[in-house]
Amino acid sequence: MTPNLQTARQTETVFRTENLNIYYGNFLAVKDVSIKIPKHCITAFIGPSGCGKSTVLRCFNRLNDLIKSFHIDGKIYYHDQDLYSSEIDPVEVRRQVGMVFQKPNPFPKSIYDNIAFGPRLLGYKGDMDVLVERSLKQAALWDEVKDKLKESGTAISGGQQQRLCIARAVAVQPDVILMDEPCSALDPISTLKIEDLLQELKEQYTIIIVTHNMQQASRASDFTAFFNVQANDKGQRTGYVVEYDRTEVIFQNPMQEATREYVSGRFG
Amino acid sequence: MVPSTNDSQSMNWHRSEASRWLDKGFIGVTGFFGIAVALVLLAIALRVSIDAFPAIQKFGLGFITTSRWNPVENLYGAWPQVYGTIVTSFIALLIAVPIGVGVALFLSEDFLSPRIQRPIVFLVELLAAIPSVVFGLWGIFVLIPLLTPIGKWFHETLGWIPLFNTVPVGPGIYVAGLVLSIMILPIIAAISRDALVAVPLELRQAAYGLGATRWETIFQVILPAAFSGIVGGVMLALGRAMGETMAVTMVIGNANVASPSILAQGSTVSSLLANQFAEASGLQISSLMYAALILFGLTLIVNILAELLVRSVRLKL
Amino acid sequence: MTSQEFASNVLPRRSLKRVPSSPRTLFSAVMTVVAFACAAIALIPLISVLYYVIINGAGRLGPDLFTQLPPPPLVKGGGFGNAILGTLLTVGMAAAISIPFGVLAAIFLSEFARDTVVADWIDFFTNVLSGVPSIVVGVFAYALVVVTTGTFSAFAGGVALAVLMLPTIVRTAAESLESVPNETRQAAIGLGATRFQTTIQVVLPAAIPAIVTGVMLAISRAAGETAPLIFTALFSQYWAKGVWEPIASLSVLVFNFATVPYKNQQQLAWAGALVLVGMVLITSILSRWATQRKR
Repeated sequence: MTPNLQTARQTETVFRTENLNIYYGNFLAVKDVSIKIPKHCITAFIGPSGCGKSTVLRCFNRLNDLIKSFHIDGKIYYHDQDLYSSEIDPVEVRRQVGMVFQKPNPFPKSIYDNIAFGPRLLGYKGDMDVLVERSLKQAALWDEVKDKLKESGTAISGGQQQRLCIARAVAVQPDVILMDEPCSALDPISTLKIEDLLQELKEQYTIIIVTHNMQQASRASDFTAFFNVQANDKGQRTGYVVEYDRTEVIFQNPMQEATREYVSGRFG
Repeated sequence: MVPSTNDSQSMNWHRSEASRWLDKGFIGVTGFFGIAVALVLLAIALRVSIDAFPAIQKFGLGFITTSRWNPVENLYGAWPQVYGTIVTSFIALLIAVPIGVGVALFLSEDFLSPRIQRPIVFLVELLAAIPSVVFGLWGIFVLIPLLTPIGKWFHETLGWIPLFNTVPVGPGIYVAGLVLSIMILPIIAAISRDALVAVPLELRQAAYGLGATRWETIFQVILPAAFSGIVGGVMLALGRAMGETMAVTMVIGNANVASPSILAQGSTVSSLLANQFAEASGLQISSLMYAALILFGLTLIVNILAELLVRSVRLKL
Repeated sequence: MTSQEFASNVLPRRSLKRVPSSPRTLFSAVMTVVAFACAAIALIPLISVLYYVIINGAGRLGPDLFTQLPPPPLVKGGGFGNAILGTLLTVGMAAAISIPFGVLAAIFLSEFARDTVVADWIDFFTNVLSGVPSIVVGVFAYALVVVTTGTFSAFAGGVALAVLMLPTIVRTAAESLESVPNETRQAAIGLGATRFQTTIQVVLPAAIPAIVTGVMLAISRAAGETAPLIFTALFSQYWAKGVWEPIASLSVLVFNFATVPYKNQQQLAWAGALVLVGMVLITSILSRWATQRKR
């Protein structure tokens, strides 16, 4: 499914999935996803819980590899490389495709060491102070923490922790940042701060964000994929993509009735 | 019908009065036993101190620093035993900590499917359940014949180092240290594993998400986060090693000397007690009580520290 | 310098392809091998102990082993019937003391003092008590019973083992009681039951299977203990005459016969070790089976 790009500027594709099916053991969790994620845009995944939007997200940085029973068929291409080919190193993938999680998860280390963690792993030789400052500024956190860089990353507020996690992801200069409901644990003010931040970050990074919050998707994203879930006769619930298009199309003039119902709040 | 209702009401009232006393009595009795558990520890400390008092009075702190055990002249000092306890425990930790933490990592990571992993966890637990005296028997008849040639090789090649400057004759400090390391390994492995498993999955994912490999994640995120729990486990193991008696008594040689060589024979406080107590009397008993008190004090400090560490971890979760 | 340039300057983008020879990949591979090796090393002593105990001990298994008295040096035959009986007797006494003591204390901790400072302290003391070396507990029992009664005795050994079992019983019983859901208690109290009735008739029965598992483990550990018995219960070559006499036990027999030069007695020590290990093995498997079934 390709979003209607006639009205959009033509951009390069970062991720392309073809007939992607995701399994846990024999259980089909998500079926037949064929989407393209454009570069330097914010793509939102919305849908009811259990529809597999986070599962799809975690395929893009191969984080699902941590689950033993997980496997896929179909293809995911990242810049035309087959992401699940046996010669791909998932560790290298995750370094280029960063991730911000639902619950802020700073390491129990200092703010400085949280940011420096990734660059140190990668053998960064330059001036770490500069990199830390730059990353914190990119995450709009510098002014709030510049005087307490040695304090623990877990000692700041939840909203600040989440921006710290964004700064930490940005510090390794990824190509893509995946965000798995990054605001669901935050208050409305922190949420707005992060939404503003997203607009700045998309100048440099491709962003995919999973969200429960439809206002957030409509405010912040350029493209939106609506996921839904259907149960088979055995009661197994399988997610699929109903519709994928420019965000204003999804929210104002969707093709599918299910999408219209969901975005207008009549769903479920 | 009316009187009978009254009747049953008054009976109810009586019953609840009686049962209220029963309740109070029951809570009182359980409370007595609950507090008595704590008092057992104090009773041990008190009783052993009182019986050790004559020896404490006579030898003072010099008891710990002098090497003599002379029932004929009634002069006692437990330096070789204190030294032996410290050295054997140290050797045991030196071997068991890296291997135990390695086992804990092996069992907390997903290298194997749970179906294979669970029996291994069980086997490691089983190692902790084997009676000390069985390890001693195994030590005498299996480990010592195996280790003596190795000890001889060390003495011949590295004999100029004080650590190996005695000829191994079978039992010895190094054998005791090795047997102890086997016995404390399951403690370190089990408690470290608990601490590792308790590290939140989010931290692991965060590290993986930044492009860390499995072992970078372990060394830089998981082990630091589990550190105090692991240290708690090591302390518990140390307490166990210091107090362990039978296996050590059976393989250490029970020589009343403090030799710098680990190939030499030696003794520990607990082996001294095991060997002498049944046939001792008078001031010798009191001196043995003094030695027991020292052992009690050492393990108490170590155990309290361990307990506080393990607790602080539990509170954080 | 724009951010884009900065990015590509500081951390050049690398290929996504696996590089088996890269230091990071090699380090991971080596460490994984090390972890497997640690697990293997940890299992070697266990396998070795089980192997030698079985091959050296199994030959002496037979009815005589459990019914005869230990033989003098160099005499064939005999058994350790008296030691088995002695172990049963001392452990039985220890259980008779420590189970009611421990379970009542656990009821207090779980039912009446949960989340209080008192419970916290008792819990702390219990854990520290479980770390007291068994030889020190033996010394305590010696001072308490042997000195007072003027004789080594089965009872003194029982007291020593009871002190050793106590923390395990308190802890496992308290855990089992605490795992009984609160709804169960509320249901009983809602029906007008007193706290005594609730505890004795509802909570305790619900926790009994788990408590039995814990008690079984404590008993099997106590039966293998040697250090607290060597100068309390001492040893005896003969059948037990009563609880106020020195008494044989299986673990002390293994200790005594392991350190003598006579082949026949050494064989008996191995057979004793086999019985002790077998007992530990069976209780461990049973308790594991019981806890797994509960889940």
